[in-house]
Amino acid sequence: MSPFVPMVQSTVVAATPLIFAALGETIVEKSGVLNLGIEGMMLVGAIAGFAATLATGNAGIGFVAGAAAGTAMALIFAVLTISLQTNQVATGLALTLFGIGLSAFVGHDLAGMPLPGMEGVTFPVLTSLPLVGELLFHYDPMVYGSIILLIAVMWFLERSHAGLKMRAIGESPAVAHSIGHPVVLIRYLAVMFGGATSGIAGAYLSEVQTPMWAEGMSAGKGWIALALVVFGTWRPGRVVLGAYLFGGVTVLQLFAQGIGLNVPAEFLSMLPYAATVVVLVIICRDPKTILLNQPASLGRSFYPGT
Amino acid sequence: MLRLEPRTSPSHAMAIASPVIAAVAMLVTGFLLFRLLGKDPVEAAYIFFVKPLNSSYGLGELLLKATPLMLCALGLGLGFQANVWNIGAEGQLTMGAIFGGGVALWLGDSSTWWGLPLMLVAGVIGGMLWAAIAAWLRTRFNTNEILVTLMLVYIAQLYLSYLVHGPWRDPAGHNFPQSRGFADAQTMPLLFDGGRTNWGFLFGLILAGALWFFSRRTYAGFRLQVAGLAPAAAAYAGFSEKRNIWLALLISGATAGLAGICEVAGPIGQMQQQISPGYGFAAIIVAWVGRLHPIGIVLASLLMSLLYLGGESGQMSMALPSAITGLFQGLLLFYLLAADLFITFRLRNVRTTGQPDQAPAAPVAAASSGGPGATPLESSP
Repeated sequence: MSPFVPMVQSTVVAATPLIFAALGETIVEKSGVLNLGIEGMMLVGAIAGFAATLATGNAGIGFVAGAAAGTAMALIFAVLTISLQTNQVATGLALTLFGIGLSAFVGHDLAGMPLPGMEGVTFPVLTSLPLVGELLFHYDPMVYGSIILLIAVMWFLERSHAGLKMRAIGESPAVAHSIGHPVVLIRYLAVMFGGATSGIAGAYLSEVQTPMWAEGMSAGKGWIALALVVFGTWRPGRVVLGAYLFGGVTVLQLFAQGIGLNVPAEFLSMLPYAATVVVLVIICRDPKTILLNQPASLGRSFYPGT
Repeated sequence: MLRLEPRTSPSHAMAIASPVIAAVAMLVTGFLLFRLLGKDPVEAAYIFFVKPLNSSYGLGELLLKATPLMLCALGLGLGFQANVWNIGAEGQLTMGAIFGGGVALWLGDSSTWWGLPLMLVAGVIGGMLWAAIAAWLRTRFNTNEILVTLMLVYIAQLYLSYLVHGPWRDPAGHNFPQSRGFADAQTMPLLFDGGRTNWGFLFGLILAGALWFFSRRTYAGFRLQVAGLAPAAAAYAGFSEKRNIWLALLISGATAGLAGICEVAGPIGQMQQQISPGYGFAAIIVAWVGRLHPIGIVLASLLMSLLYLGGESGQMSMALPSAITGLFQGLLLFYLLAADLFITFRLRNVRTTGQPDQAPAAPVAAASSGGPGATPLESSP
């Protein structure tokens, strides 16, 4: 059999956690908040999801636990940055460092235990189609979940009233506040949504992608998700496209080893990180691209006054 | 009713008190955490924070672990002042170790007086080069230095892993991914007998003095500070943003590189796959807790070093996972950021009902303060 089908399948699986984390961050940043803590929220989501699945044997409960843990982490960030006006960059870094420590601490006794992984969905007729079935209808439920999330996020940002309000807040919280929009509340909700999707992304890593727990297992995926938001110029469709491209790069490294390419494994493992840098250079080269697309108040605290 | 309101000017007392408040809050949380885990909190606190310092060897270890934290944080603090977010000190540390360690392996058993200085210089250059990539991409292509420096951490670590698994692996080392040990002439002289503290700690203190002088007494240092405090004023004064970015990243890269070579030429004594338990990341916290001020950073690095030692001590005596160190580090930074709120804001007891005599004074004060979001008018009946 040609390597084409497994390559596409692994690309999709590699991209799915990036899609969850990056779409959540897109919403967060559209509301004007920069949360650099994705990596930490993912790790906490990963250990929560893993532990819950291990205890109950139910992958779905694992994802709920992952989302809840990610939301709780995001809530800490929201209280600090939105209510207490702390520096968003420093607080995001603190969230990541805290998440790395917390997940390693909680997961200390769980390292190395295996999970069964998640079974694929079977669609009647469709799954059994020759090539198409294998390429499109052969995945675990979360892959389809990520597509549903994409549609929901696109609809929310571009078609819904609440999305319009949130974007206004991201552009100018002062103006939005003066015409009566609840800036603080909407930013809280946006940050918590980002926490939930990051938690799900983490749980996907520990439940589906490599069904086990290892310290620091996200290996920079949270940061790559942040880069994807820039790469996608804050547009959900492009963000997801970027995630699939990155999934492809990750998979390329496995297949290069598979076909006996004589390059040390470490150099191939560098590919996703190097690709992130290259992609950032391409997008940021023209300052106008960023200026036009980045929410104008991104990263700045807003004090609603008295 | 207590209400938060902007201060007319930032509180200096609070700026100094806030790290202390944060450390105390962290200790209290630690107490609760130990109780939650079913350990005796008093005993745990003793094992964590007192036992490591009980001997002269322990004190030496405190200085030893503080060295890389201090070196990295001093450079990072300078950058953070100027709003340049180098968060990849871990990668620059790794590159410094690779460059300096490469020189040590090339020197082999030869014992020349210039071997060690050359290693140190190579380490500094390695760290600077790694940071220069981020500086170049930021100034030439407008690429966010946070993400670039972080990606370079992973690349540097993978490169080190390649070296110790491949070309640098000790042929007589039973296939362990590590190089041969450095010769005595290629290791750092110890500061006192009976410990492992080396000259690196002195380098840290000298660097703290030099950076204090640089940021408070030189024009280039002044430009960095203005760029951080008032970017618009810096631009209006014609201070080059690009020059600031280069300067901040090169200096922080250089100090992180020095930390890296001091580690491999000091306590480690060879090249191996893991050379730092996240010193480069912990240094970010050290820089903040130290108020981005050299003296503060020296003190904060000792505190952070104690957290590492406490983690090891707790692991040995109470079978706690050493990851608890990371947990405490994160908590410390959270508490610090929250306590920092009171530098620019204060709590005031505001009466909600009946607002006769003193009410008019408040809005005027807020209006003239120009504090964040100070609203000039409070339209109350």
